[in-house]
Amino acid sequence: MSILVNKDTRLLVQGITGREGSFHTTQMMEYGTNVVGGVTPGKGGQWFEAAGQRVPVFDTVKMAKEATDANTSLIFVPARFAVDAIYEAADAGIELIVCLTEHIPVLDMIDARAYLDTKGINLIGPNCPGLLTPGEAKVGIIPGSIAIPGNVGVVSKSGTLTYEVIDALTKMGIGQTTCIGIGGDPIAGLSFIEILALFEDDPDTDQIVMIGEIGGNAEEQAAAYIAQYVTKPVTSFIAGRTAPPGKRMGHAGAIIEGKAGTAESKMAALTAAGVTVAENPDEIARIVAERMN
Amino acid sequence: MNLHEYQAKRLFAEHGVPIPQGDVATTPAEAREIARDLGGRVVVKAQVPIGGRGKAGGIKLANTPDEAEERAAEILGMDIKGFTVRKVLIDQQAPGGIDQEIYLAVLIDRAARKSMIMGSAEGGMDIEEVNEKTPEKIFKVHVEPAVGVRGYQSTYLASAMNLPRELWRDFHKIVAGLYECFKADDASLTEINPLVITGEGKLMALDGKMTIDDNSLYRHPRLGEMRDLDEETDAEKEARLSGINFIQLDGNIGCMVNGAGLAMATMDVVKNYGDEYGCGPANFLDIGGGAKAEQVATALRLILSDSNVEAVLINIFGGITRGDIVAEGILEALNQIQPDVPMVVRLAGTNAAEGRAILAEANMETAVTLSDAAQKAVAAARGGASA
Repeated sequence: MSILVNKDTRLLVQGITGREGSFHTTQMMEYGTNVVGGVTPGKGGQWFEAAGQRVPVFDTVKMAKEATDANTSLIFVPARFAVDAIYEAADAGIELIVCLTEHIPVLDMIDARAYLDTKGINLIGPNCPGLLTPGEAKVGIIPGSIAIPGNVGVVSKSGTLTYEVIDALTKMGIGQTTCIGIGGDPIAGLSFIEILALFEDDPDTDQIVMIGEIGGNAEEQAAAYIAQYVTKPVTSFIAGRTAPPGKRMGHAGAIIEGKAGTAESKMAALTAAGVTVAENPDEIARIVAERMN
Repeated sequence: MNLHEYQAKRLFAEHGVPIPQGDVATTPAEAREIARDLGGRVVVKAQVPIGGRGKAGGIKLANTPDEAEERAAEILGMDIKGFTVRKVLIDQQAPGGIDQEIYLAVLIDRAARKSMIMGSAEGGMDIEEVNEKTPEKIFKVHVEPAVGVRGYQSTYLASAMNLPRELWRDFHKIVAGLYECFKADDASLTEINPLVITGEGKLMALDGKMTIDDNSLYRHPRLGEMRDLDEETDAEKEARLSGINFIQLDGNIGCMVNGAGLAMATMDVVKNYGDEYGCGPANFLDIGGGAKAEQVATALRLILSDSNVEAVLINIFGGITRGDIVAEGILEALNQIQPDVPMVVRLAGTNAAEGRAILAEANMETAVTLSDAAQKAVAAARGGASA
């Protein structure tokens, strides 16, 4: 089992013919993800070939959805056009939208998120590496080679830091149900809480790893949720204890504003909720392994 | 991007927010002329993008053009929390003096995923402090994106803050204008502190603070031109132009990492192992994906431009870019730069072992885990002593 993406995922790639889009679509198809088509306005009618298969390219998501019955869309579109791509996927009836694009203006995301909520459509991202259900589906850019199927659910705001943790788990022989990067933007789609709820309900997930960072209060909210609703053990790491206030640490959302959004506050809230908070990302895999015995 | 006070207030005024008459001077003589044109009674205000200017002596009253010139001469060139004052704003003093100071701001409430208007009758103070000591004195309303600010919302704020009723109509215009400005210019903060009631009974924005969402600048070329290049260090400018996320800190171990989350984690681990020896991260630096030679070389130049750096830790997780390719890129960059401080390279992920072998052959210090890398970097910074 897994959450959000699996063997039944019928994936559409918006921006499939671009440099990034075509490179990563090839990787996804080689991994065995069920890519059913792509969208690039003006390139409808072409074919995208990779991993010994070919999939059709459409001008619009609506046409692609009608022809392929895609249920998930992955957006590899530059920031200026990415919000449009989100609305387009939502209007075409896509159920899960994954947007990797970085640098989308925050006010655009406030509007887009409000619109998606009225339709009940799930968004992952933006500014995220996507999802990976090892052995079933890779929707995004998380390297397939570092993950193996197993019983640990991983959710994170980060990219390479998550890969680091997945890699360490895999090297200890510990597999993952699904690995999800929810992104580091101030306004995003699914948050820690929603992913935690999915992992809690997933019978194959035995443990959860949650990687947060400074900025906002999503980790504190997650802690309150965990205390009340999550029965599975959660191991966490919060990046940015050494970050100075008022400076954006790469991710648009990773900023300590005044006294809000500090790593200390998040670590304290998680610890109080019974979460094991690692001092160092190297420790996460070890903590998870010890719990398995 | 943080704007200066004078820039913020001019943008507010475009949306109907009343501001004092004034202009910007870069010399005491200019300050005198502006003060004369404004009738003599002015306030001279340092233009630096940081709070606490008043306490630092960067805001002074002047009652004649001569005084304005003297005050400007004192303030120009002053250092306020690391920023050199290069401009002063000469504003007319509030007509009839100041009867009351109010706080008003529009910002983003991340938890609610909406814009939020925040008001308090405790204006003129640090709002963080008000929030800490007397949070009940801060009033908030959220703005539904498709609906905008409605009259009842500003009425609520005005009533809760006990504003005189005869000012409610004007207050609503200011709230709506500040939100319009926030929205039109893609701000993440528009703040008036203080919004005053003048001795003549009128509302006026005496100060202004505004942060623009950098990601929106492509559609606001006019705002992009407002960036004050004097406020940026050479290293920060080079980083911005080469697409590297770089933030200078005050430690002695330079860090070069791919990915923002991993970069923060690397800083944290360096501090974990280095703190007791007085070692810590000298910077945050995310080189982005791939770690190509050119990008690594630029990043190294940025790190080494800080003379406090005594060792550099390179931490790259190879995902789709293989570790051996990354290693070759690093060696090529090192050849170009020839750094004179010790380096520790930690490669992880795809083909990491092959990458480390390439680096070891070139006599580079390598590490397998992040903890191992941080300890080696701390030892290197301490001159080879074991950490």
